[in-house]
Amino acid sequence: MIRVPIMADLFAEGKEPEILFWVGSAGSFDDRAKKITRAFVKILNKANVNFAVLGTEESSSGDAAKRAGNEFLFQMQAVTNIEVMNAYNVKKIVTACPHSFNTLKNEYPNLGGNYEVLHHTQFIQQLVDEGKLDLKDAQLSADRITFHDPCYLGRANDEYNAPRNLIKSLGASLVEMKRTKKNSLCCGAGGSQMFKEPEKGTMDVNDLRTQDALETQPNVIATGCPFCNTMMTDGVKNANKEETVQVKDVAELIVEALNL
Amino acid sequence: MQWIPNILFAIILFVGIYFFAKNVRKLIRNIKLGKEVDRSDNPSERWTNMARIALGQSKMVRRPVSGVLHIVVYLGFIIINIEVLEIILDGLLGTHRVFLPVLGQSVYGFLIGTFEVLALLVLVSVTVFWIRRNVMHIKRFLGKEMKGWPKNDGNNILYFEMVLMSLFLLMNATDDHFQHLATGNTISQYIAPFFENLSFGVVHAIERTAWWIHIVGILVFLNYLYYSKHLHILLAFPNTFFANLKPKGAFKNDPNVTKEVMMMMDPNADPYAAPAEGEDEVVATFGAKDVTDLSWVNLMNAYTCTECGRCTSNCPANLTGKELSPRKIMMDTRDRLEEVGKNIDANNGVFQDDGKNLFDYISKEEIWACTSCNACVETCPVNIDPLEIIMDMRRYLVMEESSAPTELNNMMQNVENNGAPWPYSQMDRLNWVDEEQ
Ligand code: SF4
Ligand code: SF4
Repeated sequence: MIRVPIMADLFAEGKEPEILFWVGSAGSFDDRAKKITRAFVKILNKANVNFAVLGTEESSSGDAAKRAGNEFLFQMQAVTNIEVMNAYNVKKIVTACPHSFNTLKNEYPNLGGNYEVLHHTQFIQQLVDEGKLDLKDAQLSADRITFHDPCYLGRANDEYNAPRNLIKSLGASLVEMKRTKKNSLCCGAGGSQMFKEPEKGTMDVNDLRTQDALETQPNVIATGCPFCNTMMTDGVKNANKEETVQVKDVAELIVEALNL
Repeated sequence: MQWIPNILFAIILFVGIYFFAKNVRKLIRNIKLGKEVDRSDNPSERWTNMARIALGQSKMVRRPVSGVLHIVVYLGFIIINIEVLEIILDGLLGTHRVFLPVLGQSVYGFLIGTFEVLALLVLVSVTVFWIRRNVMHIKRFLGKEMKGWPKNDGNNILYFEMVLMSLFLLMNATDDHFQHLATGNTISQYIAPFFENLSFGVVHAIERTAWWIHIVGILVFLNYLYYSKHLHILLAFPNTFFANLKPKGAFKNDPNVTKEVMMMMDPNADPYAAPAEGEDEVVATFGAKDVTDLSWVNLMNAYTCTECGRCTSNCPANLTGKELSPRKIMMDTRDRLEEVGKNIDANNGVFQDDGKNLFDYISKEEIWACTSCNACVETCPVNIDPLEIIMDMRRYLVMEESSAPTELNNMMQNVENNGAPWPYSQMDRLNWVDEEQ
């Protein structure tokens, strides 16, 4: 059983958690992403992190609305969320969604929301560095892993190392795609593309990116974003490779390697 | 009578510089048609960026072949232009190689010798560039926006450089006095023998002609810049200086929207209140419909674009056959801005509505194909941001025209109604806790 403290409950008891885990809409509702959410909570539990979620008080970060051009809706969402978080005196936020991560970190401050915001791979890396999570006995069955950089973690916020360091410390060999880090290719979901059909073209972006990944002959395509996960999973299916290649979040790999 | 060449030279120089200055003024006027945006923060980081990216060309070498060749041409071009200083002084004063007695034979010889080597290197690099553009089928030079003028422009510049460098070497080779110094003629000594059998008078005439065409060519080049992608040799500097320093994922929050949102959220605000004394009553347009709705940095970006296509060759939408090409976004913005500028010139300084806007150049299909991945921004060798223009145009489409694709409208409706992009109730946000896999 996972332990998921809820902000309002803690507040009623007069407690203030150190960390807010921002689950995000995908992490709350998308079946695939919900597994990632639970995997991350297992890690939080394992490391005894004093955290809470907003639960039913959380609402869309507004990222999708903003990237779709609806600045008004975005700011309404942001201001509403900020009101809730400020009422709970939130200081530090961690999220497994690079889109929420980016928006909360970069676009909330000038609307009154000033928090320290971390992507879950950054946060887990901190737990490891501080000795709160031990990866020494980590054992992965997969031996060739390639990492797909989510645009909103990589280029948008210059974090390329945290997920890679974690994968390496699981004892797996990390193979890089030809387009990687700064030069990484988008999975095709960003900028609200996740919610619409692509424009007319010769192929879909996720299939092209999956080609990049498959060229490295991996057992696992790792990523750190629920949208990338969906896109790459579909890409692998379209390439008829789902028998041999899995798409996993870095948090899921850790849970598997530690047998949590 | 002997002053005639000097006077002629002074006139040509003056005319060349006068028209150049006129173009620069127009350029600045057009850029200032953009909206204000403050880029005065962190000056030291800005200077560093300019030194690294514009002067040091750090982003060019990410593609090693074209990067290194470009550095050769760039360095050669700048250093050889020191020679132009001498040419101008000679031209005005009626002297010949005025720096020779000043610097002494050995220093002067060393300098000119270096220039000659550079001139040869530039000539070779520019030839390779020409082959890359015209013979090899390199995809990024073949985009649909690269037909007609942009293609010719790219070649024109290469021809200019070829001719200027050849003239420089020819001028030295036919300078009998200079050849006899036997220092500094590193390359031209191999060209000089071709003229051995000609009379002194003819060789001298060739030398003078090369000298004149060389300097006139430089002035023509200077005035060609305004019409060319080659404007980047000047604008790369301010462009990298004023480029965005925030994380690339941080999109701006429209302050006009903030004002409205804050008013709606404030229970005490009176939505019908008249604006306070002195406050702007102009209703702001949301997003960008035309170039004048973009920021001046966006517009400077458009003039700076080198049309190199690195952005487009990294764009996921373009790579998968969509209409969108970030290079075309920049070229279209420049073309429309030029049109607006000409309109202003033709109407005594006031823009007359021509029934057109930026959407006559850039289609909605292009605007909606962007994944906001920042690959174009990351890769641009002069820090241009096509994504900001795309996003501003999206804002216009959604907030002013309500013309988003249907699926996006559904998504936004869901966010509005139940706080998620999908139609799930906010009350179900914790269901995942109990769904053990
Ligand atoms: S941000 Fe948009 S235009 Fe730029 S590379 Fe990505 S998809 Fe293409
Ligand atoms: S925007 Fe930058 S990368 Fe794209 S064509 Fe222009 S200069 Fe090249």
